[in-house]
Amino acid sequence: MFGPLISKPATSKKNKTGSWRVESRPKFLQKNCIACKMCLLVCPEGCISGEEKNTYHSDYTYCKGCGLCAMICPKKDIEMVKEDTKGTEE
Amino acid sequence: MKEFLEGSKAVAEIVKLCKPGVISAYPITPQTHIVEELAQMVANRELNSQFINVESEHSAASVVLGAVAGGVRAYTATSSQGLFYMAEVLFNIAGMRLPLVMACANRAISAPINIWNDQQDSVSLRDCGWIQLFAEDIQEAADLHLIAYKLTEDKSIMLPVMVCMDGFILTHGIETVDMPSQEQVDKFLPAYKPLYKLDPENPITMGPLVDPVYYMEARYAIQETMVKNVLTLIPKITADFSKVFGRAYNGLVEEYRTKDAERVILAMGSVCGTIKEVIDELRAKGKKVGLLKLTAYRPFPVQEIYEALKDIPKVAVLDRALSLGSYAPLASETKAVFFGKKKKPEVISSFVVGLGGRDITKDSIKEIFRLLTAKERACEFIDLKPELLKENYE
Repeated sequence: MFGPLISKPATSKKNKTGSWRVESRPKFLQKNCIACKMCLLVCPEGCISGEEKNTYHSDYTYCKGCGLCAMICPKKDIEMVKEDTKGTEE
Repeated sequence: MKEFLEGSKAVAEIVKLCKPGVISAYPITPQTHIVEELAQMVANRELNSQFINVESEHSAASVVLGAVAGGVRAYTATSSQGLFYMAEVLFNIAGMRLPLVMACANRAISAPINIWNDQQDSVSLRDCGWIQLFAEDIQEAADLHLIAYKLTEDKSIMLPVMVCMDGFILTHGIETVDMPSQEQVDKFLPAYKPLYKLDPENPITMGPLVDPVYYMEARYAIQETMVKNVLTLIPKITADFSKVFGRAYNGLVEEYRTKDAERVILAMGSVCGTIKEVIDELRAKGKKVGLLKLTAYRPFPVQEIYEALKDIPKVAVLDRALSLGSYAPLASETKAVFFGKKKKPEVISSFVVGLGGRDITKDSIKEIFRLLTAKERACEFIDLKPELLKENYE
C-alpha cells in the first residue's frame, strides 16, 4: 500500500489558487494601458495575459489577489477592488 | 506578572531568568523563535550569556555538552530533523551525566517533508537517557523549564531534561502566561554547582573508553537513577515549585475527572486541552469520561499510571507517533504496566491521531470515545483519508 509519495510537475495549473483570495482582486481598467507588460512579468501566478494596449486581464481561477500588478502598473490602470463574491470565476 | 505572550517568547523569557552561561542552537522550524529571542537578548545585553552560532544541530549539542562539562549552565533547543541530527551527542550528554535543559518543539519527521506537529521526534529518542517532560499549554511549557533545571542539576540526578512542546500549537500560539520575577526564580533555582568539571588545574577525562568490565554499570546507574530517583524527586520539586510560584503540578501524571470514570483517555501534550473540553461537554450529558495526562514520558511513571487506571473499565491511549511495524509506542508501554496484574482495565485500545499536523478536533476525540467499546483496538488511525491511499504506483 502507498500513501502520498511523489508530486508531479505543473501542479500550478492543478491548484486553483484563486480560492486563496480573501480581501481583494485586481480590476484591469483597460483605459490607459500602454502594454508595458509589467503586470504580466510581476505576477507570481503567471495568470495575467494580454496582447495589445487595454487588453490585459487576470485569470481569477489562479489570481491570489496579492496586488503586485496594481502596485507595479505605471499608469495606475489596475486597481484592487473589494472581493465581493468568493470563488474562482469572475 | 501576567503577560500575553507567544509560547516561544515565554520560554525564552524563562530561560533568560535561569541565566545560562552558554546558549548554542541551530535554527529549525518550529523551534527557531525560542533561540531567536534569546540571541536578541544576548545582543541587547539583557542576558549575560555567550550565544555560540554553529553550522548544525550536531555542533549545537556538542557546544552545550562542552559548556556543561566546563561547569556552566547551558541551554539549547531544536526540533524534528535537528533532534535526529543531535542524536549521538544526546546519548553522550546523558552518558556523561551532564545536566542540561533543551526544548524540543515537537514536529513530524521526513519523508514526506512536513514541518507540522506530531511527537515522532522526541518519542523516537526516548531511549537516549534524557528525561522527557511534555507540556500541555504555554504556561506549563515555561514552568517545566524551571522544573527541568532544578531537576537536572540535582546531585542525585545529573541527567539531561528535554522539555517537549507541540510545535506551532505551543511554540507559535499566544496565551496569557504568568511570568515569574527574577527574585522568585533565584529563590527556586540556586546557581549551578557542577559535580565535576573540565579544569586544566585538576585534569580529568569525561566519557572515556571503557571496556566490558565497566560499561554495564554506567548504563545500570542511569536506569536506576531514572526509575528510582527521578520519579521520586519530580513530585518534590513540583511541590517546591508550587510554594514559590503558586501553580501546582504533579509533574508525572495529572488525573482529570477520572475518579468515577468508565472511559478514560491517556494522552500527552497539547491535545490534553482539547480532551478536557470534550470531557466537560460529555460529563454535562452524564457520560462518565476522564483524562489521564502524562507529563513524564521518560522516566515512565509506571506506578502512577497503574494507580490511576487500575479500576477504569475502558482506556484509550492516544499516540501522536508510531513505532512502525509494531504497536503504537505509548499504547504498548501502557499495556505493559498492566500485564500480569489482577486489577486492570478490561480494554486498552490504541489510537493514532494528529500525525504531521492533522488537526485533532473535538469531533476526533468524540470519535475515539465512540470507538472505545468492548472491542479492543490496536493502532486505530483516526481521521484517516482512505482516498489518498492506493495499492500500487503503476
